Amino acid sequence: MRLETSPYGRTMGFTAERDADGRLVIAMPYSDGVRGRPGFVHGGALAGLLETVAYATLSEALGDDDRPHIKPVNLTATYMRGAVEATTYARATIERLGKRVANIEAVAWQDDPDKPVAIAQINVMLDRSRRS
Amino acid sequence: MEEFPPEFDPARLIKMMSKNGHNKLIGTQYHAHGDSWCELALPYSETLITDSDTRILASGPIFTLMDMVTSMSIWLKTGTFQPQATLDLRIDYLRPARPGNTVIGRGECYHVTKSIAFIRGTAHDGDPDKPIAHVAGTYFFTAS
Repeated sequence: MRLETSPYGRTMGFTAERDADGRLVIAMPYSDGVRGRPGFVHGGALAGLLETVAYATLSEALGDDDRPHIKPVNLTATYMRGAVEATTYARATIERLGKRVANIEAVAWQDDPDKPVAIAQINVMLDRSRRS
Repeated sequence: MEEFPPEFDPARLIKMMSKNGHNKLIGTQYHAHGDSWCELALPYSETLITDSDTRILASGPIFTLMDMVTSMSIWLKTGTFQPQATLDLRIDYLRPARPGNTVIGRGECYHVTKSIAFIRGTAHDGDPDKPIAHVAGTYFFTAS
């Protein structure tokens, strides 16, 4: 997916940034639209952020010449801390990029990347018989 | 969430929750419930797609729907509105939701301990026998 043309990304207020190492980071500002229980970000909004950064990172890794059709297989989110009324950031690491399968881990944090609020393991199929 | 009444009424609760926050943003609505299960509806919206060409609903809102509906199934199972937080939630995407279709999410709480609730659920876009996603996960009771 391309963040800049994603209506869902706009609805959620996602913006793309780069960290000091040049890695893609997606920021989700706090708003009433991402709130779950009072004072905390909704787990579903965090999962949406983790999934979005995973797909955007995968798209970058594939490059402009390799555009297989990407099929989501599954996502497992683990919640580690309550995400409070602050901007949440997320980045993803592609653990393996194969011919047919990619395994991605995404992590979300607020003030300290070493204190994640949530992580996700994401598996996708890459269908090179179809291009997207 | 202390403003909610002690007797658990999913229709009333989802109406209250749908007025603000992330549920308002994605538009979840009450659909049905039983002793330990609940169903919510997620109407199709062009604001929730990832790609204007395919018009397929993003998976984030479906994950939110399933998080919400499985949470509610725990309150139905226990008969109390106790505070809880998602520990983990896994979603398997069986196929994409058809553009334009309302997605119905069904959550079931099949076991609770003093600290943990175990849930599972499915989502479909019109035919319950042809699900688009399955979920499984756990919640912990934050006050226990």
